[in-house]
Amino acid sequence: MSDIILETRGLTKHYGGVHALDDANFILRRGEHVAIVGDNGAGKSTFVRQITAVEKHTSGEIHFDGSNVEFKDPLEAREAGIETVFQTLALADDLDVPSNLFLGRELFRLRLGPFSILDRKAMRERTMEALKTTAVKIPNVDNPIRNMSGGQRQCVAIARTAAFASKLVIMDEPTAALGVQETAQVENIIRGLKERGVPLILISHNLRQVFDLVDRIVVFRRGRIVASLNKDETDGNDIVSYITGVKSGGDEPAFA
Amino acid sequence: MSHATHGLGGLKYDPAKRTRPQELNVFVALVLIVVTFEVIGRLFLGDSFLFNTRANVDAVFNTARLSIIILQVSIVGIIALGVTQVIISGGIDLSSGSVVGATAMVTMSFAQTALVNGNPNPKAIFGDWAMDLPVLVPLLVGLVCGVIAGVINGTLVAYTRIPPFIATLGMMVTARGFSRWWSNGNPISFPTESYAAIGKGMMPVAIFVALAILFHCVMTYTRYGKHCYAVGSNEQAARMSGINVNHHKVLVFALAGMLAALAAVVLSSKNLTAQAGMGVMYELDAIAMAVIGGVSLQGGRGSILGTVLGALIFGVIISGFTFLRLDAYYQEMVKGVIIVGAVVLDQWRQRSRSRG
Repeated sequence: MSDIILETRGLTKHYGGVHALDDANFILRRGEHVAIVGDNGAGKSTFVRQITAVEKHTSGEIHFDGSNVEFKDPLEAREAGIETVFQTLALADDLDVPSNLFLGRELFRLRLGPFSILDRKAMRERTMEALKTTAVKIPNVDNPIRNMSGGQRQCVAIARTAAFASKLVIMDEPTAALGVQETAQVENIIRGLKERGVPLILISHNLRQVFDLVDRIVVFRRGRIVASLNKDETDGNDIVSYITGVKSGGDEPAFA
Repeated sequence: MSHATHGLGGLKYDPAKRTRPQELNVFVALVLIVVTFEVIGRLFLGDSFLFNTRANVDAVFNTARLSIIILQVSIVGIIALGVTQVIISGGIDLSSGSVVGATAMVTMSFAQTALVNGNPNPKAIFGDWAMDLPVLVPLLVGLVCGVIAGVINGTLVAYTRIPPFIATLGMMVTARGFSRWWSNGNPISFPTESYAAIGKGMMPVAIFVALAILFHCVMTYTRYGKHCYAVGSNEQAARMSGINVNHHKVLVFALAGMLAALAAVVLSSKNLTAQAGMGVMYELDAIAMAVIGGVSLQGGRGSILGTVLGALIFGVIISGFTFLRLDAYYQEMVKGVIIVGAVVLDQWRQRSRSRG
C-alpha cells in the first residue's frame, strides 16, 4: 500500500476567465497533518471544493487512496472516506445533536426502505461517546441545535467529522467564528485525529494555530501553490512573505 | 432516565431549561378558546358551549356538539396530515383541495351501483362493467389518482426547481379543470353500500385518528420523518449529508396526494355523491390547521400532534361561532385573521428564540 493518501496532479479550476486554481500539485501522506494558508481568494477553498467534488475541476487528476478518482458529488467523496467540515455549517438547526451527527447515515432497528425505523438509543449513545472526546459543553443533546452557541455547533459539526473519519479529514477554517475556549476545544479534536493517525487538511488564517497543530504548511497565492514547508524548517515571517508575495515559489525547487 | 445523561462536559441538566414543546402552547390555546366560548355563552346566551344543559338528555357534556366539532374537521384534517409533512419539509401544497375534487370524481365512477330502486343508475358514468365493483377497486383507483397528482407535484418541485407554490398552484387549477371535464360537470352519485360505509357516521373521525397516529409514528420514528425535518431545516446541509433530497420531495408530495385522495374517498362516501366543486378551499383550511398547530411555514418545525390540535382549534372556532349564532360571513373573515395571526405568532417565537 502506498504511503500517499491523496495526490493531485495539475488540478485546475477556471470560473469563466478567472483562474481560481492553477496547476495544483499536492501530496498528502498517511497520518500527515497539512495546513493550507494564503490570502483571501488565493484558491484555498477552491482547492478543497475540487477534492470533495462540491465543484467539478476544469482539468487535472485526483488520486485518493491509491486510485485515480472522479467523484460525482460530495456524497461519493464522503463514501470514499473524505470527511469535510465546510466553512458554512452543514447542520440542520431544528434537529437535535444525535440527529445531526447521524444525518444521512442513520442507524436503524428495522430496515423498511424510506420508512426504516431509527435506532435512536444507539445513535444517542454513540453521540455521547463522540462528543466526550471533544470536551464540548452541551447542556442537553436532545434540544435542537438552533439554541446553541456558535462554538457548540461547530464542535458538533467537527465531532461528526471526527467520529466518522476513516481516511481523510478536511476542515475549512473551523475556528474562524469561535471564542478562545471554543477554539481550544476544536484544536483538541484535531490533536486527537493526529493521535489516531487520521490525515488532515486544515485551512486556516491563524498562523499560531497552524504552527501548533500541523506537520507541513502549504501556501497558496493567486490560485497557485507557491510553497510547501515543513513546520520545523520555517517560521511565521517566512510564511507571511510567501502569502504576500515578497517571496515567490519561482526560486524554490518544484515541490508540494 | 437520569438527568446526567442529557448534558455533556459537566453541565448540569436543568429540567427548567428544557425546550417547552410547541404542542403544549397549542393545547393551552385550545383550552383558552373553549373557555372563552363557554364564558361568553353563559353570560350572553345563558347556554353552555361544552356541557349538556338539556334536562331530557342524560349526559355531562354536549356530546352532539363535540362530535360535530370533530366530525367537521376530520376530513380536512386527513389532508392536513399530508400538508404538515410537506410544510415541515420546507414546501407548500396548494393543490390538495382540487386533488380531492378530481379524485372524488374518478373514485365515485368506480363505486357506483347498477340499480337504484330497481331502475338503472341515472348518474352512470361507465357501462355495466364498472358497476357494483368490490369496494377495494374504487379505493385503490382513488389512492393511485392522488399519488399520481402528488408525484407530478413532487417531480416538478424537485427536478425543475420551480417553487412549490407555483408547481402546486398549477396542479390546483389543472386538477379542478380535470374534475369538471371528467363528467362534463355532472355530479356522480349512488355508490354501492360497501363504499357508502367508509364515511358513515363517525367513521371519518376513526379514519382521521388512525391516520394521525400512524403518521405521528412515521414522523417520529422513521428515517423519512427525520429527513422531513432535515430537508426543511437546511436543505443544503441535508444534501451535503448525503440525503437524496429530490427523492424525498417526490415521496413527501406523493404521500400528501395520497392523503388528499383518502379524504376524497371519505368525503364522497359520506355525501354519497361526487361533484366537480368538491374540496374547494380545503387546501387553505388544511394549511391553516397546520399553521395554527405550530407548523412553521419556513420548514423544519411542527408535528402531527400539533396539527391535530390545530384542527381541533379550527373546529372549535367554527362551531363556537355557530353556537354564538354569528353569520357564516364572520366565520370566514375570522378564519383569515386566525391564519395570519398564527404566522405572526410563529415569527415572534423565532425572533425571541434567536435573541435568547
